[in-house]
Amino acid sequence: MSDRSIRLISTAAVWLFALVWALPLLYAIWAAVHPSAFATHFNLAAPLTFENFTRAWTAAPFARYFLNTTLLVLGIMAAQFVICTLAAFALARWTFVGSGVLFALILVQLMVTPDVLILENYLTLKQMGLIDTLTGVGLPYVASAFGIFLLRQTFKSIPSELDDAARMEGASTLQTIWRVYLPLARPVYVAYGLVSVSYHWNNFLWPLIVTNSVETRPLTVGLQVFASVDQGIDWSVISAAALMTSAPLMIAFLLFQRAFIQSFLRAGIR
Amino acid sequence: MAAPRASRLNIHLQGWLLVLPAVVLLATFTHVPAVETVIDSFFSTPHGKRPAVYIGFDQYRTMLADPVFWLAFRNNLLYALITVPLAIALALLMALWVNGRIKGRAALRLAFFTPTILPMVAAANIWLFFYTPDYGLLNQIIRLFGFESVNWLGSPATALPALMAVTVWKEAGFFMIFFLAALQQVPPVLYEAARMENASSWLVFRRITWPLLMPTTLFVAVNALINAFRVVDQVIAMTGGGPNNATALLLFYIFQVAFSFWDSGYAAALSVVLLSTLAIIAFLQFFLLDRKIHYR
Amino acid sequence: MNRFTRFLTGAALAATVLGGSHASATELTFYYPIAVGGPITKIVDGYAAEFTKAHPDITVKPVYTGSYQDSIVKAMTAAKAGNAPDVAILLSTDMFTLIDNELIEPYDAIATSDADKAWIKAFYPAFMENSQAGGHTWGIPFQRSTIVQYWNKDAFKAAGLDPEKPPKSWDEMVDFGKKLTKRDGSGAVTQWGLEIPSSGFPYWLFQALTTQNGAILANQDGTKVAYTDPKVIEAAQFFADLSGKYQVMPKGIIDWGTTPKDFFEGKTAMMWTTTGNLTNVRTNAKFAFGVAAMPAKARGGSPTGGGNIYIFKNDDKAKLKAALEFARFLSAPERAADWGIATGYVATRPDAWDTDAMKKYTAEFPAAAVARDQLKDAVAELSTHDNQRVTKALNDALQAILTGAKQAKPALDDAQAEATRILTTYQH
Repeated sequence: MSDRSIRLISTAAVWLFALVWALPLLYAIWAAVHPSAFATHFNLAAPLTFENFTRAWTAAPFARYFLNTTLLVLGIMAAQFVICTLAAFALARWTFVGSGVLFALILVQLMVTPDVLILENYLTLKQMGLIDTLTGVGLPYVASAFGIFLLRQTFKSIPSELDDAARMEGASTLQTIWRVYLPLARPVYVAYGLVSVSYHWNNFLWPLIVTNSVETRPLTVGLQVFASVDQGIDWSVISAAALMTSAPLMIAFLLFQRAFIQSFLRAGIR
Repeated sequence: MAAPRASRLNIHLQGWLLVLPAVVLLATFTHVPAVETVIDSFFSTPHGKRPAVYIGFDQYRTMLADPVFWLAFRNNLLYALITVPLAIALALLMALWVNGRIKGRAALRLAFFTPTILPMVAAANIWLFFYTPDYGLLNQIIRLFGFESVNWLGSPATALPALMAVTVWKEAGFFMIFFLAALQQVPPVLYEAARMENASSWLVFRRITWPLLMPTTLFVAVNALINAFRVVDQVIAMTGGGPNNATALLLFYIFQVAFSFWDSGYAAALSVVLLSTLAIIAFLQFFLLDRKIHYR
Repeated sequence: MNRFTRFLTGAALAATVLGGSHASATELTFYYPIAVGGPITKIVDGYAAEFTKAHPDITVKPVYTGSYQDSIVKAMTAAKAGNAPDVAILLSTDMFTLIDNELIEPYDAIATSDADKAWIKAFYPAFMENSQAGGHTWGIPFQRSTIVQYWNKDAFKAAGLDPEKPPKSWDEMVDFGKKLTKRDGSGAVTQWGLEIPSSGFPYWLFQALTTQNGAILANQDGTKVAYTDPKVIEAAQFFADLSGKYQVMPKGIIDWGTTPKDFFEGKTAMMWTTTGNLTNVRTNAKFAFGVAAMPAKARGGSPTGGGNIYIFKNDDKAKLKAALEFARFLSAPERAADWGIATGYVATRPDAWDTDAMKKYTAEFPAAAVARDQLKDAVAELSTHDNQRVTKALNDALQAILTGAKQAKPALDDAQAEATRILTTYQH
């Protein structure tokens, strides 16, 4: 066999694999855009319809869920930026009493995320009176070890001369962070923001426990509540709902593929 | 003389002020509850008007005698041992393919990476449909080849592997990205040299690519391992731990004991097992990755 | 001028709305778990709106909480955080759990007028069995059911069976099942005879089998179970034999949620499921179908099932009163009839069946009365203290038996041991 045909066959094999890989998703898309009767019967002549989406949309308060999730992920991100920046700056630039131990303790959260300690955290939140609030859903994640670690590494790589220069001009610590560090670390913030948003857009167990009402329920919990039907399942509508909840991230990914991938990389490795 | 001292003091003070919000929150939601969990595991579950009382290791004795705990633990170990290498192997393969000079690279990368973006709950529902006996797509394909339809999620033998497949599907594309980045940093000179020596592509992979990817592999492996012990979304969405606990995993069982049975003492004991497991992984990471990732 | 009028109307409207919100002193949070997707949640929202209209001083905020399983978790989680709903529809079998956690108020403590007392007595006694304990009434039937069998008349005809005659006994069921199970050339099954779902809450469908075999699974106080009664073991063996020995049912766990879809798709010719699925089947089955009472062994019968209305404890007497008012509203004969027609659940009180709407409905669709008529043979659904755990023990055993992991007797022995361990605390 010639090199060419080997290359051709292996290319075909890879493509077949990719097709298989995409199959569950393609199947869901098929079911979502065709009438229920065609959900499991393949027929190229099957009429296309948008009805499953409208049915899902009207059957449950998805608009509200979208709003909740949006508020949640943006709120978490903003709070993380502030809190992690402050801590990361101090840990990157200064050695103060206990800073070493502190950093080690912070890193513990990389392993023990708040959802591992669901019961205790639920009880804590209850004492704070934050059950069934978006603040309650987000609060445990605001001080993120990952964020602190990532920003600290970035800040460390920024030459401290810039810092001194700013201070010579009489800038306070906060002003220095704002004028020097933030602009230089911008790509890292973008990366961290994207990672944070996609993590919390998809987070499920903790909001499932904390939220009790439509006004706080994020998309993932809304989808699960919608899909857990005791009286028979309509796959077309559920597929539509599942796709709908993923759509914003998926579309954003399609549009900004490169940025997404770069961000995950930056956040992961460096 | 006075000025530096003052500023040094100022730094201690400022340093603590800046980390304070983070420290308070972290302590509230990570450290304090972790310690409380350990303490609670030595107490009985308060019931109605009966308060919690100290009962020593009773919860742990119950746990050792609880077949569901052992099953969940075993399932979780299996989950880690199978999904982690599998996801890594596939991720590596995907990265090699996408990195090569194959036609339609962008589309391939898209196909591999898209599952990563989906919320697990959405992915779980999509797979639930995919797995449906008889008319689910998977079974339609199987029947096309003349085999009997398989009740994937309804048989103890296939239910856990079926969940594992979803995890691998979600994770491989994510890990692929890291391998891809690492591959692009391999100096082309090395490959040129190998080609001059007429080395087979397998040899090139084993001698050049694989060793250079080692740090990435370790990094990815540790992450995958941590994730494997925190799996819960797809269990809730797809099987509820069934059939007969065949898909019960640690965090799911903790969730069930804590929020369906309201046995907080026992849930605490189970959480201690999960915490210990994560601690062991942390030590592993410390020894394996120590040289690669510098925390200081 | 026109614009000015419009402005005035707008202002007046705004004033009413604002004023209205001042007047509605009481707000009730109402959890409900119905789950036929779209239209049903709208019906419940409609009831809430209708109620608020009739009682301007009370606002009802309905919250859809997913499956029954999800709903009890949600209600307990919220309640333990001091965030309890005021009214919730939860499984009737959650009664002991709710009592033990001191979360609910007995109706007899708040429903004190003569009219109230008469109201508590208005429901089918079979439904009240799971609603009363220790001399109190804790739940009011809302969406209650029995298990019925649905059969595909076209499939019966094709198999040479009389399409008007569903199986009347276990033997007939197996016999029909064999005739209805079709295989293609390679031996793969293209149509099953029967599906009895076994995911989620297999104990409930199993309880139909034990009832028919003449066994009772738990005592009235919910402190003892009889999982190892020989009749129970026999029923479990039969359940497993349907897919094993007789091969009329798919192997492994049959998913509750997809069973109706299997029926619509012609994947199974008969299915057992709640009568609450009746309207769903009526809308989606593209063939003639029938609904019948359960087949008999030693006797006929089914456990009752479904959800009751619970009122959660509250120091605010006005809220309790409002909650009672809402419970009465939801369970009024017209609503019971309307709900029954919309879903297929059994309208919970005899006088609901005398309403014009219901009379008209049953006249054109007699299948609607099957589940009600079966009430005379119905037993209380399995319900004990620490219900989640005690039924889980049985669920696990059943799934082990159905998947061939364990034999019937040892599996049920294990379940009994586990249940007894849990229940000892409650046997004072």
